[in-house]
This record gives sequence, C-alpha cells and structure tokens, in this order.
Amino acid sequence: MFAYLPHTESEIKEMLVDIGAASIDDLFADIPEKIRFKGRLKFETGQSELEVYRRLHALAVKNKQAVSFLGAGSYDHVIPASVNALIGRTEFYTSYTPYQPEISQGVLQAIFEFQTMMCELTSLDVSNASLYDGHTAASEACALAVNSTRKRDTILYSRTLHPNTKQVLKTYFNDLPVHLKEVPEKDGVLDPGAVEAMMDAQVAGLLVQSPNVYGFLEDYSGIADKLHENKSLFIISSNPMSLGVLKSQGEWGADIAIGDTQPFGLSSYFGGPAVGYIAAAEKLLRKLPGRIVGQTLDEDGKRAFVLTLQAREQHIKRERATSNICSNQALAALASTVYLSTVGREGLKELSALNLQKAHYLAGELKEKAGLKLLADQPFFNEFCLKLPIPAQKVTDKMESDGIFAGVPLKLLDPDYPEDLLLVAVTEKRTKDEMDAYVKSMKGALK
Amino acid sequence: MSMDLKDMLIFERSRPGRRGFRVPETDVPVQPADRLVPKGYLRGAPAELPEVSEVDVIRHYTRLSQKNYCVDMGFYPLGSCTMKYNPKINETAAALEGFNILHPLQPRHTAQGILELMYELTEKLCEVTGMDWGTLQPFAGAHGEFTGMKFFRSYFDARGEKQRTKVLVPDAAHGTNPASANIAGFDVVEIKSRHDGRVSAEEVKKHLDENLAGIMLTNPNTLGLFETDIAEIAELVHDAGGLLYYDGANLNAVMGKSRPGDMGFDVVHLNLHKTFSTPHGGGGPGSGAVMVKKKLEPYLPVPTVRKDGKGYFLDHDIPETMGRISGFYGNTAVLVRAYTYILTMGSDGLQRASELAVLNANYVKEKLKRRYHLPYDQVCKHEFVFSADQMKEKYGISATDVAKGLLEYGLHAPTIYFPLIVHEAMMIEPTETESKESLDHFIEVMEGIADLAENNPEKLHDFPLSTPVRRVDQVRAAKQPVLRWEKEQ
Repeated sequence: MFAYLPHTESEIKEMLVDIGAASIDDLFADIPEKIRFKGRLKFETGQSELEVYRRLHALAVKNKQAVSFLGAGSYDHVIPASVNALIGRTEFYTSYTPYQPEISQGVLQAIFEFQTMMCELTSLDVSNASLYDGHTAASEACALAVNSTRKRDTILYSRTLHPNTKQVLKTYFNDLPVHLKEVPEKDGVLDPGAVEAMMDAQVAGLLVQSPNVYGFLEDYSGIADKLHENKSLFIISSNPMSLGVLKSQGEWGADIAIGDTQPFGLSSYFGGPAVGYIAAAEKLLRKLPGRIVGQTLDEDGKRAFVLTLQAREQHIKRERATSNICSNQALAALASTVYLSTVGREGLKELSALNLQKAHYLAGELKEKAGLKLLADQPFFNEFCLKLPIPAQKVTDKMESDGIFAGVPLKLLDPDYPEDLLLVAVTEKRTKDEMDAYVKSMKGALK
Repeated sequence: MSMDLKDMLIFERSRPGRRGFRVPETDVPVQPADRLVPKGYLRGAPAELPEVSEVDVIRHYTRLSQKNYCVDMGFYPLGSCTMKYNPKINETAAALEGFNILHPLQPRHTAQGILELMYELTEKLCEVTGMDWGTLQPFAGAHGEFTGMKFFRSYFDARGEKQRTKVLVPDAAHGTNPASANIAGFDVVEIKSRHDGRVSAEEVKKHLDENLAGIMLTNPNTLGLFETDIAEIAELVHDAGGLLYYDGANLNAVMGKSRPGDMGFDVVHLNLHKTFSTPHGGGGPGSGAVMVKKKLEPYLPVPTVRKDGKGYFLDHDIPETMGRISGFYGNTAVLVRAYTYILTMGSDGLQRASELAVLNANYVKEKLKRRYHLPYDQVCKHEFVFSADQMKEKYGISATDVAKGLLEYGLHAPTIYFPLIVHEAMMIEPTETESKESLDHFIEVMEGIADLAENNPEKLHDFPLSTPVRRVDQVRAAKQPVLRWEKEQ
C-alpha cells in the first residue's frame, strides 16, 4: 500500500485495456533487454508514516546544540512566527515556477516585492528573483562584470572575502578565459593602495566584501571613482542584516550588490536553503542572471506580474546564455520577503543596531575581562575576529563542554589562516547572561 | 479610485509608524552607533521597507497565496517538471528542530544525525541510479549539470586531454544543458534527433574524434521516448575516449526499471524536487544531486560526506577535487525531504511509482490522441508531446490558447513550446500520484477545448476569464520594464 499511489487494481486493468497493452511491463518493452533492471533496488521496502517519522526523529536528536556564537556566513537570528506560517502555505510551497502568470500572481507579486526590497536595501536599481546563495552569487556577479565589459578578462577580488566564496569563484572560472587576481589585505581589511596598483585595462571588475571574513568593515571611499575611471565595475558583497545601519552597496558607489538573505527569516539548516541576492545598476539589466519579474497589465487593463526579459535566459539562448540558472531559491526568498515586511522599515534598523550593540558588548568584555585582542583595530558589525594566545580549536573544544559554540576557527575555512584566529558572531538572540558566561568560559579555556 | 486591498502591494499597505514586530529590549549598555562605527560607514537614508502590522502581513500574503495554483489544489501536467504530490510527512520531518538549527560549521560530533542522513541518501541515490558515489551539494538541476561538466573537465585534464572540449547535445535537450556546458568552458555541438524522435548511434558517429568530451542525454528524452540506442551510443562515446552525462529530469520514468549507470552513463544529475517529491516552492529551492562512476570520484567537489571509525564527517581532503561549488553543503532541508520520501516509498514503492507514471502518461496519450496531433505516436514513458500545429492551421488555436483554456477550467497547463523540435508543443506529464478520475477529468476538459477550437475558437481566445488576472501583456513587460515598486512622488 502506498499512500501517494491512488490506483486500484481494477482501474489499472481498465487503463491497460484503453491503452491496448496487456500489462504494465508491456509499456517498458522499449527498454532494450540488456539494460533493463531486474530484481529489486537494494534497500528497504516502503514503511508506514509512523516508522518513517521515528527514523527521522532519531536522526534529528543525534544532532546536538549549544549556545551559538557561530557565524561565517550563516547566522542564528530571530524568525518572526509570520514567516513560517506563510511559507508553510501549500499554495506557495507546492506551486511550480510561475510559467502561467494568470494562476501564479501570488508568487509573481511576492517576487516583485522581494526585488523591490533588495533594491531598497542595496540602493541599486534592479534585482532578480534570487540566486542560490551568497557564494554562488559572487560568481554570477563576476560573470556579469566580464560579460558587460566586453573583451576584459580580469576580475580582482579581495583577500578578505569569505574563503568559501573564493573557492566557489575559482571553481567557476578556472576553465574559462578569465583571470582572477587577489588584492592583498592590510590590517584586516582590503588594501586600497593595492587596488590602484593592480588596475589595468583588462580589469572587468573588483569584488569586495564588507563586513569581511574577519567581520571587519571596509572603507571604500574613492574606490568606485577609480574603478569607474578605468571603466571597471564595482561589486560589493554584504551581509544584508548590516544594511539596517551600515552604508549600502549603492551608497559606496557599487554597480553590483550581492550577498545572502539567510539572516532574514531562514534558519541555518546546516547551510541551506539560503538565498543569494543580486542587485545592479540599471545599465546592467540585460545581462543580469536568473529570473526577473516585471509589472504589466492584463487584457482588462488590470495590474499584473509576469516573468520577463526572458531572452536573457537559458531556455531561449541555450549555449549562448551567460548564466544557466533555472530553479532558484523562490520559497526561501519569500521567507525573506515576509521577514522584511514583518520587521519593517523601523524594525530592521533596530534589529541591525541591536546586533551592533551586542557584538560590541561581548568584544568589549573580552578585551577588558579576558585581556583579549581583535586581529586588528577595525570597526565591525555583529562578528569579529579574535587573535588568541592559544590555538582557536583548543578554545572551542573547551568551551563546548560549557555548552557554548564559541565561534569558527578561521583555519577551518582555510588552512592558510593562522591557528590562533577565532571568528565570533553575536546576533540579537544572544543575551547578556549568555555573553557573560562566554567571557567566563573563555577565561577558563585560556588558563 | 482606491485600490482593492487584495490587489495591493505590501508597500501600498504601508502606514508611517505602523509596526509588525516588537524588537527585543536590549540587555546590554547602549552606545550611539557612531561611537561604535565611524560616521562614514553609516547608512544615509533608510531602506524604504513596508510599515505594516503583523495582521497586514498575514492577510496580504494569505491573499496572495490564494491567487496561486498549486499541486495541493489539483492536476499539474507540466512536462519534464514531474509535479507529483509533495508528501506532508516530508514537511514534518524537515521541520524537526534537530535539523533546523544546525549550523554548517558546528563540530562533527554534534551533527552526526544530519551527516548520517546525507550519507545514507547518497547510498540510496547511487543504488537507484547504478552509480558509485556522489555529491548532494548542487542547489538545482542546472547547478548539477554545471557540476557534472566540471567532472568531465577534471577527468580530461587529469588525463592530459585538455583538447577535449566538444560536448554533444541533442536538439530536444533542456535549455540548461547547452548553457551549463558553455559556462563550464565546453563547446556545444547540437545533434539532430532521428525521425522517430531519438538520438541515433549513426548521428553520434559523425562526431567521434580526439576533441570529443562527451554527450549529454536525457533518457527518456523530452519527447518521453526511451533512447533505445543508448547502449550502443555509450560504447561509441567511451571507445572514442568520451564520457556520458545523464540529465535526470526524467528519471521518474525508470526507477527500478533501468538505471543510468547500467545504460553506460558516467555522471548523473537528479532533480530531488521532481523525482523525489520535494516541493518546488514556486521556483525553488531544489536540489540537483550528482552521482558518478568510480573513475570520477577523485574529482568530487569539497567536501564530501564519508564515514570513519568515529562516525560520519565531511571530508575536505580530496586532492584532485574540482573545487567548491556551493557555500556550504547545498539545500540540506531539501535533502531531508527526499530521504523521507525514499524511506516511505522504499525500493518497491519507487519502482511502482515509475510504473504508474508511465501507465498514466500512456493512458492520457491514447485517450486524447484522436483529438490532438501526436507527432511521435509510440509507447511513451512518463510524458509525451502533442502539437497544436494542425489546430492552429485550421482554427487559429495555438498551444497557448489550449493552455489558457485549461486555466479557465481550473487546471494547470502542460509545458508549452518545448521541446523546440515540435511546433506548438504541449508536453504532458501526469505523474503517478494522479488518480484515474483526475486523468479522466483532464481528458474531458481537453476534449472540451478541442470542441471549442472547432466550434467557437473566439471563446478560447478570450480565455481565461475567471482567473485572478486575464492574459497578461508580456510584450509591455519586456518593452517598458517595471521591475520594482516606486513610491509615487
């Protein structure tokens, strides 16, 4: 018995008669004998819902939790109850990509709202319907830069990018005629002098990240002008939660803004689903990757929404398409849309400020009470990098026994980092008590 | 004129000062932002997000949801999309807190449950496809294709065969195939389908040389036909030093009936959001797991899930890896659903699902082929393609008109205008979760539309009438792009 297979034996017989086949096997007779699979796949046969649930529950409880100061691209933020109430609506989650606009206005309008929110947050003109995650968004942004600055073949990227972003970027481009050149860092941030020194007529764009891999904020004053004088594009990746208080990509003069909206209404879920976002200056619209929703009118002159500018996409352009993206992260983008609607204009500012305050409280306490130092004396948002007197892994192991995930040793992200660097994230969810316990546990771990 | 509430954008419901969320009180000493961060780093104007109450949010998106068709409402015959039912136990399992709050970088011994699930899912997908190992990281089918092409590249580079850049793609292939091959640095050569709608060994023979990297095939293909030459094609391509890529979009036809690995494929991508019942979410998130033969395992993207004496772990030590393809490990929440589905169905249920998917497709095809032109009149697998070309010629009714007629009668439309080798194509995939009554209803509606086409085509041109909006002006959308809401000045 299979709950999702509605056919009765007599119906199957009737259907076979209508088809003119003697058996279901007849319908597979076109598969050549030597590649026909005989027998049964080698795993258990079907189970009841109760048995399946027990198995899944048993797996879920094998995972252990602690008070989390883990970040590095995935954060533990408050999720308003409205988010899961709405993305759990079957009309949203069991629908397909909105190919038939007349019966898909719900998803289409929500995407249009998402695009508007991304433009607002980044202070840029146009946004798409979402990409996979912030790391793959970086590759798409660089491809956009290369494709829209014709004949240029170089992408400069900052050493202070998240190491996973760099690795994804290298995998993406290493078989294409594009050169990736790393701009060095200085005191924990992009070295702006080096950008100037590396600029040449081949540079399609510069990709930077702020808050960067250490959580530090970077100062991009003057960089956009220099890039634009060179006819190169400026791409800034930002944790969008920081944009409640910090300068947006557009305000820094970026042409392309990217990042990941996971902090907006999505649980960490072992890294996914997250949502890559990309927003850009209007002039780049025709090369923007992925789905885009536009406003139009229906036959009665009523406002309606529809997938548009599809001539850019793979199903039309095939091998000439500049991106292959088809499925995106629509439902996760809806979660972020509901999140931003719920927290609203003022709520986002307040939440963002709360992250800033809390991270600074913990950093201050660690400096004052545990005598610790940051990697560099740089401003930060809700995450900072400690330079510890002992290996970070030792500290995190010890603090875990106090019920605390103390942070991400940077060496875990890239073996080239020294072993004494620890990245600590503090969201609005961490209480003063938890942070005080963190400081106490840290002192114990350092002894 | 004031706009109807149900047609507003969330921004148009906004009222200055209205709030939908109480931010927790701070319990740490507050300092002005410009003392924590230099002024030059602070934002100027705030983002103009909506100012609405929670009630507004819930009503707004609930009303939007009601303007949307979905599998839980009814039949969704979108060819190549496998819109089968999305089981509710999958959602219950995916919502378990033990999975939800996992951070991707927490210590391995605190993530044993999810790692075990990923390991077992990989094993089961290998068994279904006849492959040896794989990666669950690709976020979607197209991302899986890109990953698959990276396997090709890494394999040839390791053998010193950098010149192998030619990838054969049939004219009936999904558009993502050539696009993925192209962005992975390959040169795409399109090959023609034979008169019976299949790729022939003869056609493949024309392209066998030292530049051949391989071929990308969907089997059954996008016409719903099994590629009967596949074993011979595999031998030809392998003998010429190339590899075979299997686009798993259509795997729902052959689970437990024929395995891509046994057909001779070296790399397979799966759409867990099609064959393995995870919801499409209005366009994603999906999952494009990629399975490979042993000879390609050295090039897996980092990290891959493995098992040692201390349990399960993510192995980053893959010396010849293609690199990293996603920030962390893919859409993990989708993996939990797919795993749940495989447990529920089991080996017997998956096989039965494919049998019934094929039964349903053939039933609809046979019932309707007297009314709709069936260019490839053969036994099909899970889907088949009608053409509205004759209808268009005789009555001026296009595939779009048929599609819009279906919407008017409360059903979803087939995939239209694809594959490109069929004019006015209507690609129909019923899936196994549709009952006979559901199919009979669809058949009846389609017959009604065929009658209308003959007797009253004007009426069909006007459809749909009762959907939330009527036919939309796509040209206007593209010519005068309005891609975001703006406050009226």
